[in-house]
Amino acid sequence: MSNCPTSSSRRQFLNAASVLGAGIVIAPGITLHGISEAKAGTTAVTSKVRWGLLVDANKCTTDCTACVSACKTENGLESHGRDESDPQWIRKVELRDKGSGRTQSLPVMCQHCDEPPCVDVCPTGASFKRADGIVLVDKHICIGCRYCMMACPYKARSFVHETTTNQKSYAPRGKGTVESCTFCVHRVDAGRQPACVEACHKDGKGAMTFGDLKDPNSDISKKLVAHGGSRIRGDLGLDPGVRYQGV
Amino acid sequence: MKPVTYTRLQLPSSTFYVRLAVILAVVLVGLGSAWFMEHNGHWVTGMNNQIVWGMPHVFAVFLIVAASGALNVASIGTVFGRSTYKPLGRLSGLLAIALLVGGLSVLVLDLGRPDRLIVAMTSYNFSSIFAWNIFLYTGFLGVVGLYLWTMMDRPVNVYNKAAGLLAFVWRLGLTTGTGLIFGFLVAREAYDSAVMAPLFISMSFAFGLAIFILLLAVLYDAAGQPMAAYLVRRMGRLLAIFVAAVQYFVIVQHLTGLYAAKHTGVEHFILLDGGLFTVLFWAVQVGVGGLIPLAMLLGNKDGLTISRVCWAAVLVIVGGLAQVYVIIIGGQAYPLELFPGMEISSSFFDGVRHGYAPSFAEIGLGIGGCAIAATIIMIGMRVLDFLPKDLDDKTVNPHHQI
Repeated sequence: MSNCPTSSSRRQFLNAASVLGAGIVIAPGITLHGISEAKAGTTAVTSKVRWGLLVDANKCTTDCTACVSACKTENGLESHGRDESDPQWIRKVELRDKGSGRTQSLPVMCQHCDEPPCVDVCPTGASFKRADGIVLVDKHICIGCRYCMMACPYKARSFVHETTTNQKSYAPRGKGTVESCTFCVHRVDAGRQPACVEACHKDGKGAMTFGDLKDPNSDISKKLVAHGGSRIRGDLGLDPGVRYQGV
Repeated sequence: MKPVTYTRLQLPSSTFYVRLAVILAVVLVGLGSAWFMEHNGHWVTGMNNQIVWGMPHVFAVFLIVAASGALNVASIGTVFGRSTYKPLGRLSGLLAIALLVGGLSVLVLDLGRPDRLIVAMTSYNFSSIFAWNIFLYTGFLGVVGLYLWTMMDRPVNVYNKAAGLLAFVWRLGLTTGTGLIFGFLVAREAYDSAVMAPLFISMSFAFGLAIFILLLAVLYDAAGQPMAAYLVRRMGRLLAIFVAAVQYFVIVQHLTGLYAAKHTGVEHFILLDGGLFTVLFWAVQVGVGGLIPLAMLLGNKDGLTISRVCWAAVLVIVGGLAQVYVIIIGGQAYPLELFPGMEISSSFFDGVRHGYAPSFAEIGLGIGGCAIAATIIMIGMRVLDFLPKDLDDKTVNPHHQI
């Protein structure tokens, strides 16, 4: 038997095949594991972080709409020339104190509440809050009932009234569903700043600061510690992730 | 009282099918309207990002609220043992189912993605009162179906009282849930109040009974059969009580708003300077739908004729639609107060009192929903014994001397 060349080569073949087979089975796992370790975008979202945005209304001016333009470009929001039904993820709001007459200008968008009423009322769970505090809409299960729009105290959500064009792969939109500011979640997951914040620093007055509210060493936390920050409709107890200074 | 015998809708086939075809044509108008809205997107409607819920929701909420009220006639007979109403229980159950299906159809067909109805049925967020309502509505259909079975099938008639009680409790839950869709909205000053639940229950009593009275009158008038004066008087007086209850809760609703400083703005808007909404509130909701029917029904108790009660019912329905319109559209027309004490303006119409002009498609969809309800009633009455053969004094008056 031992002299049989056929038997020897069969054994070698089986050994080689086993190694190869094991390699085929295990290698993709190792490769994928390597990729998942390497790319920030595929790491799990964690509640150790809470993303927040600070707006310094003292720096923001009426004539500047850099944040609004950047949002539209980044997320592919197109106007159909119908102001009442065109979506707006971020808008500039002009305020005038009825008593003193003092005027202010500031951006308002989804406030990414810690207790978001839109998430509470959504019948299908399409409105949801990620562990890191970003409030989003799952476009696959939104049925377009608009109850979240009724429930939002900030008028932050828009219903898509018309067929969408110029969609971005990272910001899917769809006629008949509801949408709102995502904090540019695709950028945040890649370690970048939201488009509005970037534009505010590049083309605007540098009034916006984005960062981790839970990290005491982040810029946003330091500024909040130093100068405080107020919440829009703080009386509702929703604990928004967007804070304002100078309002 | 003599035993009740029931019959089907007695119409010649040709007459029945012609009438059914007319109603189905209206259903088609509703479906066409829905297709038009869905195909083009909601920009073709009067609804937008400021007035989020529009005319379809007015019709849907009215029909859903009226549905639970329509069942009241059966409940009064079964649960509260009023023998006068017992012969009417079957028709009451059928009307309740029909109105609810009509209202839900409008609600579903107005969704941005009605094709995802299966998602709404399979993916639930139990912290949402909307999701709870899906159970309350579908459950209502099942419970009333069961209730009708105990009314119409002798072997299970022993369970009639239990089924009636279950249906009564369920309908209270359903209307509470519908009212709380608004009551739980803390963001909007016009809602944000627990009083919305009892208000909606009282509205359901009045709207449902008004529709039931009209249906009964049309059916028996068409058949050339008189309705006992005793029954007409009882139903008229009951309608007056329900209308008075609605007025009471409306007063509580607005007094609560006026008392809370943060809600006085919206109260001022609805009650004083809201333009069309103020006119609709005082003239149509309170006047046409409340005070005038009350005067008609209570002013001349002994002479309550069927025509007087029917006219009062028509006014209650007109006033009811105005009331739901003022609640839903008026509540959204008043701008959200993001910064109390500040004047606010933006490209997104912050601080602006929003106008609303319903499109034909929205009204078409709403009327289509009413036609769906009418179709169910027509076919139901045609195939099963829903109608008491007689509604004369011997059948409905427990004091009748044989």
